[in-house]
Amino acid sequence: MGKRSDEETADGAEQLLDLPRLLAERGVSRRDFMKFCTAVSAALALPATFVPRVAQALDDIKRPTLVWLEFQDCAADTEALLRAANPTVAEIVLDILSVDYHETIMAAAGHQAEEALAKVVKEQKGKYIAVVEGSIPLRDGGVYCCVAGRTALDTARQVCGNAMATVAVGTCASFGGLPAAAPNPTGAVGIKEAVPGATVINLPGCPLNADNLTATIVHFLVFGKLPAVDSHGRPLFAYGKRIHDNCERRPHFDAGQYVEQWGDEAHRKGHCLYHMGCKGPETYHNCPTQRYNEKTSWPVGAGHGCVGCSEPQFWDAMAPFYRRLPQVPGFGIESTADKIGLGLAVTTAVAFGVHGIASAFRHGDKSEGAQEDTDR
Amino acid sequence: MAEGGLYKKYVWEIPVRVTHWVNFLAIAVLSVTGGYIGAPETLADSPSQYVMGWVRFVHFVAAYAFTISVTSRIYWAFMGNRYASWREYVPFVTREGRQRMLDTLKYYLFMSKRVPNAVGHNTLAGTTYLVVFMLYFVMILTGFALYGQRAPQSVMHKLTGWLFVLFSPQGMRLTHHLGMWLLIGFVIHHVYSSWLMDVKERGGVMSSIFSGYKAVRMKD
Repeated sequence: MGKRSDEETADGAEQLLDLPRLLAERGVSRRDFMKFCTAVSAALALPATFVPRVAQALDDIKRPTLVWLEFQDCAADTEALLRAANPTVAEIVLDILSVDYHETIMAAAGHQAEEALAKVVKEQKGKYIAVVEGSIPLRDGGVYCCVAGRTALDTARQVCGNAMATVAVGTCASFGGLPAAAPNPTGAVGIKEAVPGATVINLPGCPLNADNLTATIVHFLVFGKLPAVDSHGRPLFAYGKRIHDNCERRPHFDAGQYVEQWGDEAHRKGHCLYHMGCKGPETYHNCPTQRYNEKTSWPVGAGHGCVGCSEPQFWDAMAPFYRRLPQVPGFGIESTADKIGLGLAVTTAVAFGVHGIASAFRHGDKSEGAQEDTDR
Repeated sequence: MAEGGLYKKYVWEIPVRVTHWVNFLAIAVLSVTGGYIGAPETLADSPSQYVMGWVRFVHFVAAYAFTISVTSRIYWAFMGNRYASWREYVPFVTREGRQRMLDTLKYYLFMSKRVPNAVGHNTLAGTTYLVVFMLYFVMILTGFALYGQRAPQSVMHKLTGWLFVLFSPQGMRLTHHLGMWLLIGFVIHHVYSSWLMDVKERGGVMSSIFSGYKAVRMKD
């Protein structure tokens, strides 16, 4: 891509925005904007000295193009982004991005819409950001999810393969999510597995926390690269800590105060949900600190245990949601590990008890005593 | 029984006996604390108490003690006397060993009257301990993998994180939990067999794990 194409897309990728004016038009004060920059810096675990740099980067922003693809999804990640209670600075920052294709919210339809997508891929190859929501079915040639007559896999290969970076929003796009739950009839996978060559960052969660998407994009705008990730491709700033370790109910866990029945005294008092099968100790996400919907609440805060929705294959791997341990495979569904273990111990004791009684009555054994069997 | 020619023989060296009893204590403590960690009940009436905190602390300290003990015992399997040797745990690699295993099994199943006397471990016991050591490895690895989840960038997590490729987070917990029950089953069997052999062999096997000495007949 040479200079020529840059000029051609001057109304797209290279346009400088007057952010202060944009914010003023929307009734967001400079003070609110600085607060936002501080909050995002904190979410990214950056020191406070970075706040001016974040503000500067957002002020000077060039307008990168973003396309948002939806495959086997429920549009909850789109909802999470759009249904914010108030128009927020975060929304405006996302508005800064030139969203050229988004199936749920775009005005264009049919061929017009698909042309817009094709134009982005062709003219801004390697420069646009692709956001993917939903899993991609691989089975039977990918026929289980087609948009505009093309399979999700085909579209993903083309769009994500040519993108500067792909952001997988939600657990389905990251790891296959609910469509990939056993028996996974459509052969659903996440975007990284479907398009191994793409540069992908995973923002799992069901739905994702829009704050983490904003922070990832701000990181990208400030530093020009994606944030550091863990072994599952999740940014460490949002998925580097266990839910359990930042949980507001943690003191009750350490103390030994547990909800033992839904609606009991301990539940009403906000004690620990570990006994009820909370998967906070196995789940990495910043829910306890970042929370959802303008930091209003989050599942554990609302009295329901974590189900581990930001972990790969959580629907199968984190089951059962309301017990600590899974059932033992091959035994009846009501058999717990402890019942089987106790049964094993009792059976062992009885078996050896019987053997012992029989041994006590046996006579005529020949025992010469152990013989030294070496010359040492 | 040939009473003459019996003498006391030093069989179990100090590291063998010490690791045996450290393992016993550690498994007892780990089972009780692990049982509570796996299925806790409310034992505190104020959030300023630290019941689960202490239970977990004790569990982790016992886990380290157990790991060090098991590691030391493996070291001693290469450094100690012939009764501590790793060869005691793989009798099935030799024809003679397999024959002894069969003889021992026949005795246990009331098919033979010949008591399977052994100076060190009897062959079935040795083989059982091989399985038990495998179980120890599973417990130590899954235990530290679960412990390492608290700090995903830590050395512990880097050493054990690969296990999450083999186990789901829940499958790991279930394995760790069922391992405890298998060990409890083993303890019942172990104590019974020791008692039986003490009675039948009359070599003082029960007291030998305290004293180190067994009554052994002179070589003919």
